[in-house]
Amino acid sequence: MEIPRERLRWIYERMALIRAFEDRVAQEFAAGKLPGFVHLYAGEEAIAVGVCAHLTDRDYITSTHRGHGHCIAKGVDVKAMMAELFGKATGVCKGKGGSMHIADVDKGMLGANGIVGGGPPIACGAGLMAKTLGTDQVAVCFFGDGAAEQGTTHEAMNLAAIWKLPVVFVCENNLYAESTPWTYHCAAPDIASRAAAYDMPGVLVDGTDVFAVYEAAGEAIARARRGEGPTLLECRAFRYYGHFQGDAVSYRTPEEEAAYRQRDPIQRFRQTVLSQGLLSEDELDAIDAAVQHEINEAVRFAEASPLPPPEDCLTDVYVSYPAEQLAFRH
Amino acid sequence: MVVATRVLSYRQAINEALRLEMRRDPTVILMGEDVAGGATIQHIEQEGAWGGPLGVTKSLVSEFGRQRVLDTPISEAAFIGAAVGAAVTGLRPVAELMFVDFFGVCMDQIFNQGAKLRYMFGGKAKVPMVIRTMIGAGFGAAGQHSGCHYAVFAHMPGLKAVAPATPYDAKGLLIAAIRDDDPVMFFEHKMLYDMTGEVPEGDYVVPIGKADIKREGNDVTIVAISRMVHIALEAAKRLSTEGIEAEVVDLRSLSPLDEDAVLSSLAKTRRLVVVDEDNPRCSVAADIAALAVDKGFDYLDAPVKLVTAPHTPVPFSPSLERYYIPTPERVIAAVREIV
Repeated sequence: MEIPRERLRWIYERMALIRAFEDRVAQEFAAGKLPGFVHLYAGEEAIAVGVCAHLTDRDYITSTHRGHGHCIAKGVDVKAMMAELFGKATGVCKGKGGSMHIADVDKGMLGANGIVGGGPPIACGAGLMAKTLGTDQVAVCFFGDGAAEQGTTHEAMNLAAIWKLPVVFVCENNLYAESTPWTYHCAAPDIASRAAAYDMPGVLVDGTDVFAVYEAAGEAIARARRGEGPTLLECRAFRYYGHFQGDAVSYRTPEEEAAYRQRDPIQRFRQTVLSQGLLSEDELDAIDAAVQHEINEAVRFAEASPLPPPEDCLTDVYVSYPAEQLAFRH
Repeated sequence: MVVATRVLSYRQAINEALRLEMRRDPTVILMGEDVAGGATIQHIEQEGAWGGPLGVTKSLVSEFGRQRVLDTPISEAAFIGAAVGAAVTGLRPVAELMFVDFFGVCMDQIFNQGAKLRYMFGGKAKVPMVIRTMIGAGFGAAGQHSGCHYAVFAHMPGLKAVAPATPYDAKGLLIAAIRDDDPVMFFEHKMLYDMTGEVPEGDYVVPIGKADIKREGNDVTIVAISRMVHIALEAAKRLSTEGIEAEVVDLRSLSPLDEDAVLSSLAKTRRLVVVDEDNPRCSVAADIAALAVDKGFDYLDAPVKLVTAPHTPVPFSPSLERYYIPTPERVIAAVREIV
């Protein structure tokens, strides 16, 4: 599949930005600057970017607890994201969501989700909106191999199929649901083949190869836009960090991790575009430098931003509700 | 302006509210199990089969078609969640959770997704959806089709909760709920569907968060919810023959709660009985009692009395179910204890 040069640059820039964001978040978290739980996406960049390359701001995605990569691929402002992770008033969710619920509906990003399997029904709803109003919007539902075992995922795939909704289900199989290997928790030899149960195409994709993801997602999204219904993609990749920051990752061996680093999605992209003369080394290095600068700026912005005033706890619960009934009693 | 009224049943009033809002706003859709019924079956594709298990949404599919009156698979988590997703992206879905007791299979989509989404997103999103659901004992439907459970939802930040007791309130509150930009739980008592009352033609709104004095009186305040309003009115009628005049406050909204209506009635009567068909522990009744003690303590001349269901599931046998549901006699006994 021919990819225009500008889009190739965008793909590299987004993957590099995700990687740099996550590596920096790991550092800042270790330094004790971030409250709460953090789940990092490094290693899986090719999936979010390869898929979102086909989407506009008007298209929707639902995400997972590991949602930073999806945000960045969907174009959410990195400064506002970093500020959100720091719990600052300038955060994209005003410090009310944090890493696990980071969202930006203006960019079509319907939220990271603290509930495994929380997103698939919501993606169906976005697809239902498009179908009802007769628009050409699509919804992409990212979910993990863990969520593949949730009833909501199966119910949602069935619903999308019977209603022919413009939804693409993207299973990011990173091989472990928390510490439990997918070969244990999944009865089937792969997740993609479950598509057969819902009479939709199911495609197994190398999730470390952004070109493969781009091609498969392009087909699935085009099919959805044509009104031909949902597709299930299973993209296999590897998360470099643990399930959450603080996970000692005792369930993986160093050899296993080293083998996956050999297939690093960003390095693979570099090798491909350089060997085929699609982009130059200088170009890629310049993108890397710009990305580093952007991340440094984002952290500076987040650190310099104020915490939300405590009383902001009471706002944004409802569009309208008696204020005195939101407050604590005494 | 003179508005014509006619007598409608509670069921017809709800149907009319849905019809008017669907006519007015093309983004309003209806979804749920058998809300039309008989999807894809040729001879009933136009008119539908059931219109909901008790016929509340009957014939809406004939006017609005299968694109807007969507029969769903029996997948509550998927379609309630789809209503959340549709609401956040621009529709005003009305989803039907057939019996409230089924919330166990879809609660995550209601309270972790629908209710919290706006807050977690820093106020950037709104979720204008309605979940219509059937409550209440009296049908012999036993443990998994008879509960009230509205306290569970009134407890959740991000949700609004209303429980109309009359056809008039049912229509006006449902129109208000559909137009509301927040997720609203709309509780319909299955024993009220055939109750009739005056209902104006055309659209009108009963504001969410406003209670209604269904009967005035000076001797005791009886706060009641949904079908219990009628139990309270029957008790008040009988008490009146003894010279006790009860004021019956129909709460109508459980969240937000019309605290002023309760407190101002209490200030007048100085005595309070709450009638609630829900289980008593951590209930709306208990919440009203807490309100009276916290903000109305100086008004109180007697203990607050709660007339509720017991702390049991709803039983099957008629004798057991009759025992479970609050009666006018129990309300009268409670009033007599404090007047």
